[in-house]
Amino acid sequence: MRLVVNGEPQEVPAATLADALQSLDFAEAKVATALNGEFVPARARSSTPVKDGDRIEIVAPRQGG
Amino acid sequence: MTSNSDFTLYGLSFRSRLMLGTSQYPSPAILAEAARASGAEILTVSLRRESARLKEGQDFWRLIRDIGARVLPNTAGCYSVKEAVTTAQMAREVFGTPWVKLEVIGEADTLQPDVFGLVEAARILSADGFEVFPYTTEDLVVAERLIEAGCKVLMPWGAPIGSGKGLNNLFGLRALRAHFPEIPLIVDAGLGLPSQAAAAMELGYDGVLLNTAVAKAGDPVTMARAFGQAIEAGRAAFLAGPMESRDMAAPSTPVVGRAVLT
Repeated sequence: MRLVVNGEPQEVPAATLADALQSLDFAEAKVATALNGEFVPARARSSTPVKDGDRIEIVAPRQGG
Repeated sequence: MTSNSDFTLYGLSFRSRLMLGTSQYPSPAILAEAARASGAEILTVSLRRESARLKEGQDFWRLIRDIGARVLPNTAGCYSVKEAVTTAQMAREVFGTPWVKLEVIGEADTLQPDVFGLVEAARILSADGFEVFPYTTEDLVVAERLIEAGCKVLMPWGAPIGSGKGLNNLFGLRALRAHFPEIPLIVDAGLGLPSQAAAAMELGYDGVLLNTAVAKAGDPVTMARAFGQAIEAGRAAFLAGPMESRDMAAPSTPVVGRAVLT
């Protein structure tokens, strides 16, 4: 499956958003996700299907002012 | 007269009236030391793309947890209502707090808020259970709209973010304070010196939020402490009731009883 992850196109074996996070090695990380610009809560990741060309944003805590 | 201990934000009380940003420090260790030296009990944080390889966010989060302060996630860099709302939703999940420092930026050079988008985003987020800290201007009408939208705290700018210019519009800030005596008001952004933070507190502002002035100081830890002290001094001065200024001199030493020596 061809997904755009944080702006980078890449091949990710996944049927759901939860699968994609697992494949991308984020399973244990403190992150939040959006799919095609819409927030997907952690509890909904395993029931959220992904398809070719989807854009996934994966964000984590960072310095801020 | 308000007491020194009633700095309350959405039902939570704090001793320190300084809110400190966590960005641009020379190192994570200096950030941690500066945060402790400042006495700040609230630190601002953000969300950024996480790299699977570096996982920088995970280390940063451990550092912030170790400092032990409450976090105020921001929506920095958002130029639209949709981006700001989505960022706030992600922040609520990651940081486990309904608090959000809402920024909807309208102009890249000044980083000034898009106040129209700000009000709209504040309304959406407040209705969704967020406790919104809007980064706004000193405009009274916008402030009214933000309060109508559900905001119980306002954060007007002192000057553009990162500029270190201090309080650009004293008249406007004073008017805002006079107009909203019961709303916690925090000067957010633009401060460069502790004296400017003290000036904000002397106006009767409830708190100050800053980042660059500490992070980019030659010695951030000492500057953090200086800001903490200045904010305490300014608050005490406000509570003490400053004298009226006047245009002419008035002798402070008694005139009566002066020896005649001619």
